[in-house]
Amino acid sequence: MNFDPRFTGRKFSSVGTRPLRPDGIDKVTGRARYGADFNMAGQLVGRVLRSPHAHAVIKSIDTSKAEKLAGVKAVITAKDLPDLTDGDAAMYDILDNSMARTKALYDGHAVAAVAAIDARIARQALKLIEVDYEVLPHVTDVDEAMNHHAPLINDAIFTEGLEEKPVKASNVTKRTQFGHGDVHKGFAQADFIVERSFKTEQTHQGYIEPHACVASVNPDGTADLWVCTQGHFVYRQHCAQLLGLEASKLRVTSSEIGGGFGGKTHVWAEPVALALSRKAGRPVKLVMTRDEVFRASGPTSATSIDVKIGATKDGTITAAEATLRYSCGPYPGSWAEIGAMTAFACYNLENVKTVGFEVLVNRPKTAAYRAPSAPMAAFAVESAVDELAHELGMNAVDFRIKNAAQEGTRASYGPVYGPIGIGPTLEAVKNHPHMKAPLKANQGRGMACGFWFNFGGQTCVDLNIGMDGSVSLAVGTVDVGGSRASLSLVAAEELGIDYSQLKAIVADTSSLGYNDMTDGSRGTFSSSMATISAARNAIKILRDRAAQMWDIPVDDVVWEKGHAIAKGEKYGNLSALSLKDIAAKSGTTGGPIAGHSELVADGAGVSFATHICDIEVDPETGATRVIRYTVVQDAGKAVHPTYVEGQYQGGAAQGIGWALNEEYIYGKDGRLQNAGFLDYRIPVCSDLPMIDTQILEIPNPNHPYGVRGVGETSIVPPLAAIANAVSNAVGVRMTHIPMSPPRILAALDAEREG
Amino acid sequence: MAGVAVSTTINGDAVEYLCQPDETLLEVLRDRLGLTGAKEGCGTGDCGACSVIVDGRLVCSCLVLGAEAEGRKVETIEGMAHGDQLHPLQQKFIEHAALQCGICTPGFLIAAKDLLEKNPSPTEEEIRFGLAGNLCRCTGYDKIVRAVQDAAAVMKGA
Repeated sequence: MNFDPRFTGRKFSSVGTRPLRPDGIDKVTGRARYGADFNMAGQLVGRVLRSPHAHAVIKSIDTSKAEKLAGVKAVITAKDLPDLTDGDAAMYDILDNSMARTKALYDGHAVAAVAAIDARIARQALKLIEVDYEVLPHVTDVDEAMNHHAPLINDAIFTEGLEEKPVKASNVTKRTQFGHGDVHKGFAQADFIVERSFKTEQTHQGYIEPHACVASVNPDGTADLWVCTQGHFVYRQHCAQLLGLEASKLRVTSSEIGGGFGGKTHVWAEPVALALSRKAGRPVKLVMTRDEVFRASGPTSATSIDVKIGATKDGTITAAEATLRYSCGPYPGSWAEIGAMTAFACYNLENVKTVGFEVLVNRPKTAAYRAPSAPMAAFAVESAVDELAHELGMNAVDFRIKNAAQEGTRASYGPVYGPIGIGPTLEAVKNHPHMKAPLKANQGRGMACGFWFNFGGQTCVDLNIGMDGSVSLAVGTVDVGGSRASLSLVAAEELGIDYSQLKAIVADTSSLGYNDMTDGSRGTFSSSMATISAARNAIKILRDRAAQMWDIPVDDVVWEKGHAIAKGEKYGNLSALSLKDIAAKSGTTGGPIAGHSELVADGAGVSFATHICDIEVDPETGATRVIRYTVVQDAGKAVHPTYVEGQYQGGAAQGIGWALNEEYIYGKDGRLQNAGFLDYRIPVCSDLPMIDTQILEIPNPNHPYGVRGVGETSIVPPLAAIANAVSNAVGVRMTHIPMSPPRILAALDAEREG
Repeated sequence: MAGVAVSTTINGDAVEYLCQPDETLLEVLRDRLGLTGAKEGCGTGDCGACSVIVDGRLVCSCLVLGAEAEGRKVETIEGMAHGDQLHPLQQKFIEHAALQCGICTPGFLIAAKDLLEKNPSPTEEEIRFGLAGNLCRCTGYDKIVRAVQDAAAVMKGA
């Protein structure tokens, strides 16, 4: 890669402005096409039969009656998706999650599927499939699942990461540990120690668009998949591997995506749709219902976390320790590991230790949800930090400033930080008018910090210059919230042209090289880096063509503000050539002009945020109301500030829902009781106030413009900030998320009863 | 199963279709008429993504039968702009970045249009309660409320 990604401190003319997004009109007129908005000739309707049991052996499946129903064109079970994963355990789990092979592992686990000429017949056909289950004992609670008496979900799993190899199978798949120093020594030095246990319930990403795809497999082994996804290249790999297709012959087109937040990062029903299409010999559209989305896709981990933090009288933290238990659903994951890495990442600690346990439960396979695993760890740690500040008699912000990580601090998860934003966000919060605003009766104010790693990864971009001087930018990272606008700004900046001359699209898997998915807040970070590189490659060609047009050496041509300029007094009579001038002559100077770039975007700068919120609690009902909310976060450089604000506000709103309302509720029978938006209540417009934002810009040294990812960090502080606010309002430390009215009342009652 | 013959008006155009008695208006719009601007987010009337206006009344089209559209006037997102002239709400949603993924946007626009037709000068609280039947998971609603406030101001001035 002939590209220098270092931050240069340039002055911007396009980046940092707020133009209208290129896909705006399509989206306000209903023309934008999402997963379920695409149709093919001869298309069938696919539907999935799901287990009503939390844990059951599938003894037999009789599909004969369904197959005989007029209008049914294919019925499949796991037999139609043979195991081609060749020892790849993670892919095997994705396969088994797509279609249960020997056991149903959660309420909602797919066991069979049909393709029929319409939805009505498909639904009838599902009722004709006879599944003989042997129901097994189940476990859905993370702490209960760790008990050695708990039903074993997978008897081939032995806990990894223990000093001695275990001889008995366990629901704990892995133990991980991070930290440095000696926490025993550190706690011995402490004057004050806070030690508490916390729980958080399972939540769903809650994207408004259910999973949807149209799959078409041809007899010659070629196939097309139209799908809402955060990563169509990843979906292509998954599906090709699971179906035994050649990746290059499977063309995956990402539709507009109606929200993902991590929940559309691996395949669910797409292999099923492809298998149905292969069997039926016709295209198949498969759209999940909302009930299926809740029961069988998404959710985040439920957690149980113990935290212990000690400090001296002067407010210096001497030791910090946490044990984190995260549910993974029925398949191994690394969710507690991520929680253990992020838990104390905001602080400069001499002695720190975190231990994570990954725990199997009979719930849907845990998927990433915006800064996955970090919000729960932050809830526990930032609650304890607040409590410790209170015991020390210190202001909660000052206590955090005193212990905040800085450039050069060794992070609790290993690396040494470069320039970071935790200190500046705390200082901004300290000086924010929100912190000084008066509170009324029954109101409390809380604040909390959050950290997220951010990610870069494999990225590929094509930039093509039309003969009319317009520029098309083809990127491979799915646009989840305005990245086509931000990437157009970056291309306009680098080329020195106007934003209106550009049009960015998301290319399909056959039109562009491999791209990692839009996750880890990487979309704008990594694709902007590749866009800058592609634009610089195009500029080299533009200079060369200008040199040809002038018949002078290319080394005498520079590119400034969208023009080729002949450098030197001897060229004084040559007037600058615009990109448009050069493009118009491209047919006679060497053909089309394009810039391509493929790179691994290393150096995603870590991200920090600090949030403030005011909550009012009704002591009689336990009902809560968010009165005021402020987000302060480091963006590195905000490419399109309006959409950066949008990321801050959206993450905060999701965190508010998580903190106050949202939770998966399972019955004793192991069935999900609230699989719909009526009973799983995400925040609505009347639940929230305006969400104020303050963007800080501490440049990321590893990006030419200083950009950091901004998408995820905003969901990390809210659980803790709100818990601190509620605790301050009612005078009782809240330790269980969500803080629904019954939980708040129970906490108040427990306090009264002493 | 015998189909039901329906004559209705959609976005000002006379439309006829056959549908099954248990088919929703949303299914008819999307699958029979190709009007995919209305989205199915839940199918149970909880998310508002399928909002349309029937005879001046804001409804979730997933809770209305296709057969019930007989003789009525249905307004969908596809009819909101006049030719190439966006409705002020559409324009303000783009200007304020009141959408990120955009899946809820058609429903919000229809609901906001209905709100402003009934209450041209809503307070922030009236906007928030007026749009409480529409779920958005991306924006936190801040920019949606501002877009509606701005559109209301523009429409009053017009």
